Amino acid sequence: MQHFISPVLWQFLIHWLTNFAIFPPEASTIAPYADALYFFLVFISIVGLAAVALLVVTFSIRYRKEVSPHATQIEGSTLLEATWTIIPLILFMISFVWGALLYFRIYSPPPNAMNIYVVGKQWMWKIEHPGGQHEINALHIPIDQPVQLTMISQDVFHSFSIPAFRVKREVIPGRYNTVWFEATKPGVYHLFCTQYCGTLHSQMIGWVYAMTPQDYQAWAAGSTSGNSLAQNGERLFASLGCNSCHNSTPNAHGPNLGKVYGSRVQLTNGQFITVDGAFLRDTILNPTLHEVAGFAPIMPTYQGQVSEEGLIDLVEYIKRLDSQYRIEQTIENSAQQPVQTGTSPSGTSAPELAPGMVKQ
Amino acid sequence: MSTIVSLPDQSTARLPKVSYLNKEYGLKSWLLTGDHKRIAMLYLISITFFFFIGGAMAALIRMELLTPPSDLLAADTYNKVFTAHGLIMVFFFLVPSVPATIGNFLIPIMVGAKDLAFPKINLLSWYLYIAAGTLMICVLTFGGVDTGWTFTTPLSTHYLNTNVVSAGLAVFIAGFSSIFTGLNFIVTIHRMRAPGMTWFRLPLFVWSHYAASILMVLGTPVLAITLVLVVLERTIGIGVFDPTKGGDPLLFQHLFWFYSHPAVYIMILPGMGVISEVISTFSRKRVFGYTAVAFSSVAIAVFGFFVWAHHMFIMGISNYSALVFSLLTMLVAVPSAIKIFNWSATLYKGSITFETPMLYAFGFLGLFTIGGLTGVFLGTLGMDIHLTETYFIVAHFHFVMVGGMLMAFLAGVHFWWPKMTGRMYPESVSKLAAVITFVGFVLTFFPQFVLGYLGMPRRYAAYPPEFQVLNVFSSAGATVLGVGYLLPMLYLTWSLKYGKIAGPNPWQATGLEWQIQSPPLTENFEETPIVTHEAYDYEWLESRKGSEVPTVG
Repeated sequence: MQHFISPVLWQFLIHWLTNFAIFPPEASTIAPYADALYFFLVFISIVGLAAVALLVVTFSIRYRKEVSPHATQIEGSTLLEATWTIIPLILFMISFVWGALLYFRIYSPPPNAMNIYVVGKQWMWKIEHPGGQHEINALHIPIDQPVQLTMISQDVFHSFSIPAFRVKREVIPGRYNTVWFEATKPGVYHLFCTQYCGTLHSQMIGWVYAMTPQDYQAWAAGSTSGNSLAQNGERLFASLGCNSCHNSTPNAHGPNLGKVYGSRVQLTNGQFITVDGAFLRDTILNPTLHEVAGFAPIMPTYQGQVSEEGLIDLVEYIKRLDSQYRIEQTIENSAQQPVQTGTSPSGTSAPELAPGMVKQ
Repeated sequence: MSTIVSLPDQSTARLPKVSYLNKEYGLKSWLLTGDHKRIAMLYLISITFFFFIGGAMAALIRMELLTPPSDLLAADTYNKVFTAHGLIMVFFFLVPSVPATIGNFLIPIMVGAKDLAFPKINLLSWYLYIAAGTLMICVLTFGGVDTGWTFTTPLSTHYLNTNVVSAGLAVFIAGFSSIFTGLNFIVTIHRMRAPGMTWFRLPLFVWSHYAASILMVLGTPVLAITLVLVVLERTIGIGVFDPTKGGDPLLFQHLFWFYSHPAVYIMILPGMGVISEVISTFSRKRVFGYTAVAFSSVAIAVFGFFVWAHHMFIMGISNYSALVFSLLTMLVAVPSAIKIFNWSATLYKGSITFETPMLYAFGFLGLFTIGGLTGVFLGTLGMDIHLTETYFIVAHFHFVMVGGMLMAFLAGVHFWWPKMTGRMYPESVSKLAAVITFVGFVLTFFPQFVLGYLGMPRRYAAYPPEFQVLNVFSSAGATVLGVGYLLPMLYLTWSLKYGKIAGPNPWQATGLEWQIQSPPLTENFEETPIVTHEAYDYEWLESRKGSEVPTVG
């Protein structure tokens, strides 16, 4: 071959052809399931294409005009047509069921997943770890530990994609979307924004660092900003004056927020709703959207006053308010040290932090 | 390889003295014509113009993607170029391609009518298309637009300072052009069929246009409403899609895809009609299972309206609605599979020849099968999560739209070229062009499936270096593909003057359009024909041997 084409080009081709991948790395618990489905779909595609190609080529040879000068008219055949309706239908139904199972697996986080927040903006990914580590266009995670990302955009649609984990989810303004994965192999993997988001869409990329739990602990200890998200949220809670109503006294104007996260509350329209991050975010920005039964709709909107990061801090704070003692502490603290003080002494009484989280 | 071309003796061959082409002369006689054939020709010229603009944009995209960094085009220029490529190719080429040109020319003749039901609306439709097209060219010339062809909010409403409003307006106007074409077809097919032309004697080309017309008339208004909302949101901030004003950005996705998914069937169904005609003619056989093929077009049109949310599986719609839309997506794949197998079975016991339109039709069968089956990958919920928004989508869409629709369009243009112009295209060079197109196409778009599974996102001006090899293959293929498209442009233009005279029925085909002179008279038929035979009745054709079609009076 070398004799026929230029040696430079030949070297170039050899170098290239031996240096490109056909499959992305399998680095999460989901990846093997996704690849299995992919191979099944590739297989039925090859079978389907081969069937069509075989029919067309065989008939083109056997019934070309030289061999078959006169066509025999055939109206059709219900049996044959039923066959090639039902066989594809069965194959498509298998892939439907298989795909649905995988979809539910990918989009149903396990209860023990550690939560990390992601805020997308033109054109960067801001990652907020509850322990107070803040990253841009990088995500450090431990392997062998389910990780759930709670994601929101502060401007346009983005999409958070890690091909090596086979997961992806749209990150949209105005609502939390979540995705989870469990990395299996330490390594550095691509992180892409896959939804076109404006001029520098192709720069909205980063790296996922999957680390062994020991390495991750070391990284987390060395990278914390000093304040956990909940601590930031606590200060914000006080500075916005939330505790003037949400102070859990008997004649408080607002609902008691202790242990509210994860509970079911009744709304004025009689509906019950489970309190989660999205619910808390909605009620802060748009209090009349869900009016909790037993309280007058007097809460003002905080739309435009709190950034998405601030909302995450508040959610994270309220999430961890799981004792009455804690909220009383908060009120005392905020009375003692009004706005913008340093770390709260109540941090010592904070509930036990999730594994991997670091507090100062 | 033998052919069925039976051209008249060339020494005595003459073009008919009077035809729609020479009945009247002068620019005015074209620009104010009510004749569906002349309007079809106007459309053919205009969509070819837009095709080559869109193609030039594609060439720029592929050149930029030859290397990983965005070095040839800056990121915002690249974004404008792919937006221009998408807008022009979708709204100014693919949607009108077969229906407004070949369909416009043939639907009245195939049903045995003198013209479409509303000739003036037909002309208006072309003027709207030209107005929209001119506006779009202005938009692109004066600054461009970088929303992507999908106009995604809130990017389009709040975050870009390019010509979003005027681009939206251009698409809005083009939409009405499409609605009028669809309306004209529906009324014509319902009301103007010749005596004896029952629904089940209609050529499948007419059935598929009927199905596409329903989609045009019912779907396009939703796109129009959506674009108006985008424009209002952008100009006066009404807040339908803006979450800070209580709007829902996902609502835009629902509304947009409610049109834009059926739109892909608007694009592909007329192409399927072409394939039915071509395969039947060159295998000398009635299409296998005529009824199944006819109803599968209607089934695609009906199911096509209920699958839009499969574009939104990762956007946070409820898991249960995702289930329903995935299931419906699987069901819409079945009629397409039926068509493919019925076309293949049509070849069985035929007497097959391999003229250029047949080669394009074979290309369609292969590429559309791949395009359709990769659609099943994307309809499969768990797989879609990994594949959506990557080059896999780009490859799938181009396999269906370029591999499918453009192959069908070229098959149709070659097949009916003798009817439209009275002259033959040069056979050998056009066969070469068909093969070049096929090879170039596969080389361009097949590597993109692999890129997609590797995770390369679409709409990236710059990409990580490990994706370069496959991108180079793709760009190399695009060059070949470009040659494949330039060739027909050249030799078809050449054939207008130098092509052999075709005579009325060079393919010995059965459709009513082949029983009249080429090019046809302005009023198509001297007298209204009476249809006494089924579609694709080759025995009837042999038995009549040169005698005229029976006519009324």
